[in-house]
Amino acid sequence: MTTAEAFEIPDLMLALPEIWLLGMACLVLVVDLFSKDRDHTPAYWLTQFALISTAVIAVSTQWGVDATTFSGTYVADALGTILKVSVLLLGFLGFAYSRDYMRERGLLTGEYYILSLFAVLGMLVTVSAHNLLTLYLGVELMSLCLYALVAMDRDSPRASEAAMKYFVLGALASGMLLYGMSMLYGTTGSLDLATIREAAATLEENRVLFLFGLVFMVVGVAFKFGAVPFHMWVPDVYHGAPTPVTLMIATGSKVAAVGLFLRLIGEGLEPLIADWQQMMVILAVLSLIVGNTVALVQTNIKRMLAYSTFNHMGFIFMGLLAGAPGGYGAAVFYAVTYAVTVAAAFGVVLLLSRRDFEADQLEDFKGLNERSPLFAFVMLLLMISLTGIPGTVGFYAKWLVLKATVEAGFVWLAVLAVVGAVIGAFYYLRIVRLMYFDKPEGRGPQPSGSGGFRAVLAANGFAVLALGLFPGALVAICMAAFAP
Amino acid sequence: MLESSWPLLSLLIWLPIIGGVVVLALGDERESQARLVALATAALTFLFSLGLITGFAPGTAAMQFVELRPWVDTLNVNYHLGVDGISMPLVVLTTFSTLLVLIASWRRVTEKPAMFQACFLMLNGIMVGVFSALDAILFYVFFEVMLVPMFLLIGIWGGANRIYATIKFFLYTFIGSVMMLVALVYLQFQAGGSFHILDFYGLDLPLNAQIWLFMAFLMAFAIKVPMWPVHTWLPDAHVQAPTGGSVILAAIMLKIGGYGFVRFSLPVVPEASMTLDWLMITLSLIAVVYIGFVAMMQQDMKKLIAYSSIAHMGFVTLGFFVIFAIADRTGGSGMLLALEGGMVQMISHGFISAAMFLCVGVLYDRMHTRDMDRYGGVAHRMPIFAGFFVLFAMANAGLPGTSGFVGEFMVILAAFQANFWYAFAAATTLILGAAYTLWMVRRVLYGDVTSKEVDSLQDVDRRELIVLGVLAAAVLWLGVYPGPLIEIMEPSLENLLEIVAAGL
Repeated sequence: MTTAEAFEIPDLMLALPEIWLLGMACLVLVVDLFSKDRDHTPAYWLTQFALISTAVIAVSTQWGVDATTFSGTYVADALGTILKVSVLLLGFLGFAYSRDYMRERGLLTGEYYILSLFAVLGMLVTVSAHNLLTLYLGVELMSLCLYALVAMDRDSPRASEAAMKYFVLGALASGMLLYGMSMLYGTTGSLDLATIREAAATLEENRVLFLFGLVFMVVGVAFKFGAVPFHMWVPDVYHGAPTPVTLMIATGSKVAAVGLFLRLIGEGLEPLIADWQQMMVILAVLSLIVGNTVALVQTNIKRMLAYSTFNHMGFIFMGLLAGAPGGYGAAVFYAVTYAVTVAAAFGVVLLLSRRDFEADQLEDFKGLNERSPLFAFVMLLLMISLTGIPGTVGFYAKWLVLKATVEAGFVWLAVLAVVGAVIGAFYYLRIVRLMYFDKPEGRGPQPSGSGGFRAVLAANGFAVLALGLFPGALVAICMAAFAP
Repeated sequence: MLESSWPLLSLLIWLPIIGGVVVLALGDERESQARLVALATAALTFLFSLGLITGFAPGTAAMQFVELRPWVDTLNVNYHLGVDGISMPLVVLTTFSTLLVLIASWRRVTEKPAMFQACFLMLNGIMVGVFSALDAILFYVFFEVMLVPMFLLIGIWGGANRIYATIKFFLYTFIGSVMMLVALVYLQFQAGGSFHILDFYGLDLPLNAQIWLFMAFLMAFAIKVPMWPVHTWLPDAHVQAPTGGSVILAAIMLKIGGYGFVRFSLPVVPEASMTLDWLMITLSLIAVVYIGFVAMMQQDMKKLIAYSSIAHMGFVTLGFFVIFAIADRTGGSGMLLALEGGMVQMISHGFISAAMFLCVGVLYDRMHTRDMDRYGGVAHRMPIFAGFFVLFAMANAGLPGTSGFVGEFMVILAAFQANFWYAFAAATTLILGAAYTLWMVRRVLYGDVTSKEVDSLQDVDRRELIVLGVLAAAVLWLGVYPGPLIEIMEPSLENLLEIVAAGL
């Protein structure tokens, strides 16, 4: 390799969304430093602008492109664009919902915005990675910011405990991932995913070592997903973290985890599908049944949503293990729509919370229909979408996954999954029941929040309905990313 | 296929749903306006649905009033509607029952009246959708969405134990339908990506796969019908549901199970249906005989009618699945009679069960109890009501001249050609049905006036009179002159038999 080739000028345009977001994050940091506004209003608007503008840039520069840059360590393609736009949109929703909550708890600091933006940046890098190092860089950038965000409420013992747990287990998962990567590097001599893919296809000697690496990486990825049996951190972190941070972990980081899987295993190790498919089946089955069942007995909605995550992760895994193109497309569709739905569910929790009061007990939802028919209806939509009732987008997500699973020949898994969905129906319905059938104890928490917050939340809720009636466009976009 | 000049079926689906949204928007503050809008919407929907009868081309098994528009292109899902002789009467029954329910519950419901009416209107549209969907996914969408308004209806306006009942109802039906979803996905895969229900007919599936599919459909539809032993949600749901909810549940929702059997189980997996017909016949006869005895033991009037519904629906499934045994014995004649009997029984039960639940509703509105022991001698104070009640009770017991007789008699007659003992067991219902219904009549209507509450009862008012009168006319008309109904159904059922025969 000549020096000229080694130092070719990379095509920066292909990485423009990340570069722009990085620049904006730094700008937010500086602006917030000099702003005297106690509510950090400039930082808020600048952050929202950063997210939206980055999404616009991502769509305009990367949709329909399929190219690598930075010497093949970084890829811009349709899949990356979909996941990036979703992550950015979810970030936007998260900030819109969390402002009042964080202000009332004295957590609305410039650091909240900066750390969140860097976490989003990490997610973006993860889904664009085409090299083991880039991938790891993205994952760590995301994770480290999230660890700190969980600990934002430093006076709360519960948050500190959650952060500690998240950090220790997350570091372990990163270690697993890195260890697996090192084995791949050891056998193939390359960090480039395209090279690794070729090597995986023609694997003869070192097969055992390679597969060992694969196992470690699947474990690492499963940790990030929070799939059973690597799920122990999920309920405590969801419960302990400030709700806006929970929202981010439950939505954006899951979408990024799908990206992580697809880049690392789905694309990079596709020739070994027969090997990792088996592992994914086990993870999916355990997630669908074991994790899901525990959600039945939760009384805290954040914990309930945490346990119910396993059910959805099981579905996403089913899509992933069914392979390209139908399965991957289904998994991406599932992840994106699930994240949008859950974001709104946490939004309703935030809406009902006030200073010194967390509306995170199921009891707080009692008689919500009397207090706020609109948001009771929004929550009804969200719950039936998570259950998978048609008319809402959750149905199409489940159906696409089932379709891919059946076509891949796993009919029994599809049956198991719908049994899991029925278990899920029970605890989602319980919320509907509390909202519509029960009377509140006392007056119950009233919906608070600014007009903008309410408008965005209502729009988010009705988007679940609209996408459920007309899912065609989004399905087409998700499937297009994997079109041969 | 016969295309319609204007989208009548879409109108029947969306008019009540939009009406429901308007009613919700008007809200409880403008209750009287909301109620008027609800009634007008239901009346209009019913009137439009009469267009189905007048515009229906008899003598063909083809789908009529067909509408076909792409819906989700990428997934090959179409907005595909159409009715044949099997589904058209059920659509009209749906709009008819909704209108009656709205009249019957006029000013009766004081808690969240707007939402109550909106739920019924939406249910109306959704159930028409179930009967007219020709795309499997569209069918599934309606089939499942239907649960949500019903869940709210029972949960908000139900009796004391409503929450338990409604969650039981939802979970039972949900588990059945998700199994069907897997079956539909599998069928689409086998049918080369098409979701058109008629494309599922005549697929060459191995028996093993057929049996799994049959089981999936059985879970979905047997729970809906409901068949023994998955019937336990029904008495709970009925007892706890408000009167209108019970009527819709009994008159329409149970029919969706029966409709599913003729639309999916028989034509899609005929070989499995034949292989497992012993199972279906056994379950149907258990429903007829055993549930008949259970009904006799009830103290609660609604529970009694709920159990009698299960027994009567046993006739429907018996009629549908006894055809294979008939074919064995006679080589074909009598099969059509059995199917027609099942279908007539469905329509007839729609009228009779609606009427019975409304009668109980009339009493409940006045006395706030359904316990038979609290009544006695009602006929002395409510003579007109007693007349209607006796008529419907007789119809329920299968008295000749009422619609209850026609369907049961046809099924029994057909069953004779299959096996004497099938017919014998089925015929016991004439005794059991008479026993439990007349016993109820005796305890509630006759005897001396036992309590002060009964003594102060007022007879039916004009509104109740209209509702019961219309139903009585329907029951008698169908009992005396079922010809037109059978004429509408016959070509479609003959066609069904051909499809089944071709698949064997």
